[in-house]
Amino acid sequence: MKKKKLFSAMRLALCTILALLFLFPTVLTFCTSFMSSREVEYTYGDAVDSGQYITEPVQIKLIPDVVSGEQYSKVLLQSPDYLQKFWNSVLLVVPITLFQLAVAALAAYGFARYRGKLRAMIFFGYIILLLMPYQVTLVPNYFFAKWTGLLNTRWAVILPGIFSPFSVYLLTKQMRRIPKSYFEAARLDGASEWRIFSGICLPLCKSSLVGVGLLVFFDYWGMVEQPLILLENEALHPLSVFLNKITTGEVGVAFAAATVYLVPCLLLFLYGEKDLCESSAVSDMDG
Amino acid sequence: MKNRLCTVRGKSALFLTPSLLGTVILFVLPFSVVVFYALTDYGSKEFAGLENFSRLLQNDAFCLAAKNTGILCALAVPSAVILSLLLALLLQEKLPGKSKFRTAILSPLFVPVASVVMIWRILFHDNGTINALLTQLGADPMDWFRSGAARYMILLLYLWKNLGYHMLLFLSALSGVPREINEAASVDGAGCWRRFFKIQLYYISPTILFVTVISFISAMKIFREVYLLAGAYPGEALYLLLHFMNTTFHSMDYQKLCSAAILLALAMLLIIGVLYFVESRFGKDMEER
Repeated sequence: MKKKKLFSAMRLALCTILALLFLFPTVLTFCTSFMSSREVEYTYGDAVDSGQYITEPVQIKLIPDVVSGEQYSKVLLQSPDYLQKFWNSVLLVVPITLFQLAVAALAAYGFARYRGKLRAMIFFGYIILLLMPYQVTLVPNYFFAKWTGLLNTRWAVILPGIFSPFSVYLLTKQMRRIPKSYFEAARLDGASEWRIFSGICLPLCKSSLVGVGLLVFFDYWGMVEQPLILLENEALHPLSVFLNKITTGEVGVAFAAATVYLVPCLLLFLYGEKDLCESSAVSDMDG
Repeated sequence: MKNRLCTVRGKSALFLTPSLLGTVILFVLPFSVVVFYALTDYGSKEFAGLENFSRLLQNDAFCLAAKNTGILCALAVPSAVILSLLLALLLQEKLPGKSKFRTAILSPLFVPVASVVMIWRILFHDNGTINALLTQLGADPMDWFRSGAARYMILLLYLWKNLGYHMLLFLSALSGVPREINEAASVDGAGCWRRFFKIQLYYISPTILFVTVISFISAMKIFREVYLLAGAYPGEALYLLLHFMNTTFHSMDYQKLCSAAILLALAMLLIIGVLYFVESRFGKDMEER
């Protein structure tokens, strides 16, 4: 019995350490964002790309000497660049997430409602597409954007985003778990397919819609590859790409910008964590 | 009866059309052009057979990029699968504050990598925290950005970002293992490890394949982490396929670009096919037992 207690105490300690490790980078970013730029430069020097060369080992500092809103006022009020890039991110990611969910929910219903040979083949095609990395899919996307003249516009990123097969796959898996009898009963009562879809299927899948939507949002919110290749015009780049280009003198601002950048994700996560966990129950690769 | 079936089939097919149209226009049709470019000669536009591919395989930059991408995947995929499974096993049993721990480990999922690269720069700087730690332990400090050690720095960022979600997938798979079987084995005196290898592993083997495939997909996306940490022109150890594609896009060498894309697509299919095969064999073995 004693041994068991010791064992569970050790497990608790291990979990605590792990949890702190996983939280550490986020918390440190958050804390540093309240330092003044001078303090950031003094503490971290050229580790964050500023002029001052450091010879002493860097000391991680969680609590600022003086809590200052200087960085935030710079990001939010004084330099329009960051805000504009933030807005770019919103304009790219929100339409992608919403339309991808809409298109995917329709398609998933189509796949879940009836299963035939042809549909199994099409679904298999979606899985293959899902497995292709950006290195492969960006090439056809680039050609499409070039021919239609959409290269260097937001649409070049948004359109392929909307039709990404990721949520089709996950939502189909979820909708197939709904008992067939629900659909049949509704149909016998004279409900149209659209009515079955919107009145029965969608409400039953609400938590997976939220969960999948969050995954899509998080993924595209941090995107780098697509804008780099499809948007040559840097004025259209999202904040994820721009954050990387901190220059001397702006070091302090970067932390505040990074924090501002993760706030929408944090809020969404807090809103949908339960749904995210519930919808993670689909996990096999069967077509 | 048959007639009725036909209408359900036909009507539900309509739901597929928006997605299918978009996929064909955005991915399938342009991809046939990719195939066309890959098989034609740059100047004369004539059929060139596999010439573009052999030219590509002799290209040093491509080979370096392919090698680095391969090494990173070989490091990232097994460690992601094993570590996330261990995390899930650690968190599956009763523990005070369990859901808090889960949230903490899951939290990197929503944090954009771009937001924490500065922290990585601080940690892995020549005079950074990690090197200070290494010196204290009596080891030599490392040049994390330019030497081969850079891979491990990237690997750590990848694991930090992805382990949480993979753990979540394993957790929900583990909760699907019937409780009675687990308890019966426990009563019969089977320990933790024995229960895991004899019972749970069988139930979660489809999830293991799924997580392997997912970590493979996200490992191919490691370019994101590398670009944010080391820029468009990183050290030799971190020059990846997407760096190669990126420069090729700008030089507009479509033949090179398209044959690279096709080679990569074939490689992905091959690897995932092998994984799938192994899982189905393995699953069968377990069933026969």
